[in-house]
Amino acid sequence: MDQTLNMEQHTELLRFITCGSVDDGKSTLIGRLLYDSKAIFEDQMAAITATSQRRGMSEADLALLTDGLQAEREQGITIDVAYRYFSTPKRRFIIADTPGHEQYTRNMVTGASTADVAIILMDVRKGVLPQTRRHTHIVRLLGIRQIVLAINKMDLVDFDETAFNEVYQSFLNFANPLGFDDIIAVPMSALQGDMVVDRGQSMPWYTGNTLIEVLETVKVDENIQHAPFRFPVQLVNRVRNSDELHERRLYLGRVESGQVSVGDNVVVLPAGESTRIASIDTFDGAIDTAIAGQSVTITLEKQIDISRGDMIAAEDNPPHTDKAFSALICWFSNAGLDINKRLLLRHGTQTVATKIAALEYKLDINQSIHVPTEKIAMNDIVKVMIRVQQPINMDRYENNRPNGSFIIIDELSNDTVAAGMIA
Amino acid sequence: MSVLNHLDRLESEAIHIMREVAAQSNNPALLFSGGKDSIVLLRLAEKAFRPLSFPFPLVHIDTGHNFSEVIQFRDRRVAELNERLIVRSVEDTIKQGRARVKSDTDSRNALQAITLVDTINEFQFDACIGGARRDEEKARAKERIFSFRDEFGAWDPKNQRPEIWNLYNARVHPGENMRVFPISNWTELDVWSYIARENLAVPDIYYAHRRQVVRRGIQLVPVTHLTPPRDNETVEELWVRFRTVGDITCTCPVASEAKDVQAIIAETAITSVTERGATRMDDQTSEASMELRKKQGYF
Repeated sequence: MDQTLNMEQHTELLRFITCGSVDDGKSTLIGRLLYDSKAIFEDQMAAITATSQRRGMSEADLALLTDGLQAEREQGITIDVAYRYFSTPKRRFIIADTPGHEQYTRNMVTGASTADVAIILMDVRKGVLPQTRRHTHIVRLLGIRQIVLAINKMDLVDFDETAFNEVYQSFLNFANPLGFDDIIAVPMSALQGDMVVDRGQSMPWYTGNTLIEVLETVKVDENIQHAPFRFPVQLVNRVRNSDELHERRLYLGRVESGQVSVGDNVVVLPAGESTRIASIDTFDGAIDTAIAGQSVTITLEKQIDISRGDMIAAEDNPPHTDKAFSALICWFSNAGLDINKRLLLRHGTQTVATKIAALEYKLDINQSIHVPTEKIAMNDIVKVMIRVQQPINMDRYENNRPNGSFIIIDELSNDTVAAGMIA
Repeated sequence: MSVLNHLDRLESEAIHIMREVAAQSNNPALLFSGGKDSIVLLRLAEKAFRPLSFPFPLVHIDTGHNFSEVIQFRDRRVAELNERLIVRSVEDTIKQGRARVKSDTDSRNALQAITLVDTINEFQFDACIGGARRDEEKARAKERIFSFRDEFGAWDPKNQRPEIWNLYNARVHPGENMRVFPISNWTELDVWSYIARENLAVPDIYYAHRRQVVRRGIQLVPVTHLTPPRDNETVEELWVRFRTVGDITCTCPVASEAKDVQAIIAETAITSVTERGATRMDDQTSEASMELRKKQGYF
């Protein structure tokens, strides 16, 4: 096989979110990552060079590479999540680039929801800011276990090792109790490029990995492979082969967690009936085992009445099936919670009528304290009691991101108004 | 298999998205132009739904400014798959007086949006699956996978539905629709790697061939009946291939001797110009060309 193709087919995919504001040099850092890893093309460079000159800058402003919409260029801000792509010979990367200001908490939640790793960007001169605390709390809430601390603007403190260590230590003092698996700090100057992709000459005292080396070697989150098997049924198809008397029911879906093999004992929920896996099929042929993340077609030994929204799960370790549960929700809609509105809850492939039965407390994300509340406004993160019309088959978000998460939809407007994590 | 590699993950995500469209939407369609991205979509639809037929028809919005190889390829592929194809043409939209062109040789790429919105209304499609990718263009980088369009087909970048985890919300009112992009997270290189892995046929013009062109800026403009050379230009015959295939009047080839998919992958891995930068005249007119077109209903 051709070398390039071989390389191309055997790379892992890492998704990460960048947390920080324009003031910390976030756009410059992403621009630098893309530029130095050769993901920026000549015509893009020509366009930002022309824009930089029009704005009176002598050099091309790499931050412009992440400029998106016309409205953002006019206002000089980022208003939404943007996704960026680059690769090195070792890995393919997807960056969720989210705005850092408080009013955009919902965008950070969105970006963090699918990320394996978070880069928390800090200005070495400013240390741990309320914003740093907010970002760190949000990524932890969303289930990210690995942090890369990008301690930026080292050029403004003469690349001083002590300044770096002080900021790193104060971050650890704050973040260690939050229970991350891994916190790696890298000193850098995104503006000059030191320790982003190239090491540069300015920090010989730093012997750790550059940012790109960290991203190439940090573990892709595989916890979901070790969680119990969960298969929310997306679609049910029926086929009748010419040599078969009975129709076969095909259950289409994606393994959301764990693994499953032909012959495994499973339970179908909410019916609670037990059976075994008869076959696992794909377009490319039958397989013995399917793992988390794989879209497959399953057949079962027993004929059971199954429809979209039902779940096939490990019999010896089933999810919790209930009509009431406690959850942390992040409110997305600019209209706050109105208890008179009809709401729907989507969990996996299931959609049910829902009510927010009680508000327990609001999380003050800056100070990490609980405050009593009687209303929910945009960007609020609130602990609530949820009731649903039909039982759902759930896990705690902390143990199982895909089966512990849900969204709330306004039935009349069809807008997605909130995201929730089952506690 | 213990770990999914990145193409497996992208493929599985796209299959999941297609099945969500089939489950959530009442009357979806898949936009198929005969270009490489929509060729990948068809394979993903096979992976999602075979042994059954696709739960949606294929739709082609025909600008009438086509490379004939691409139309032949389109019809051959549809016949192989034994699926239903609906074709609606920009030419008819112009004849009905719903779009105006200054001359026959003007690009009809932007006009496609009008024909597309008309077609969506005609068939009352509530979801259209398309092959757009976020890496193509900066306005696309902010696009949702399930992208809401109002009854005029318009995209409002400031008012997009939040899209968290893999929980997609395809609910719409009558007259509104979703545009759904299962390969949002793929790059040009991923598309070619997948074409190689799946051994997919693509129209010949994606491979290096001899063609008459003129040099205009950084672009090589193909000499066709719709794009004749200008007075001061010299016609050259060069080895070229197309990286994108669209309206003939605004699609340019790049110099290349890549005659097979492996050679294209090798070139794509080291290219120094973006896919649309080298090839699309219509994206070059302003910083916000794509954004404006999308607000008017473009996919």
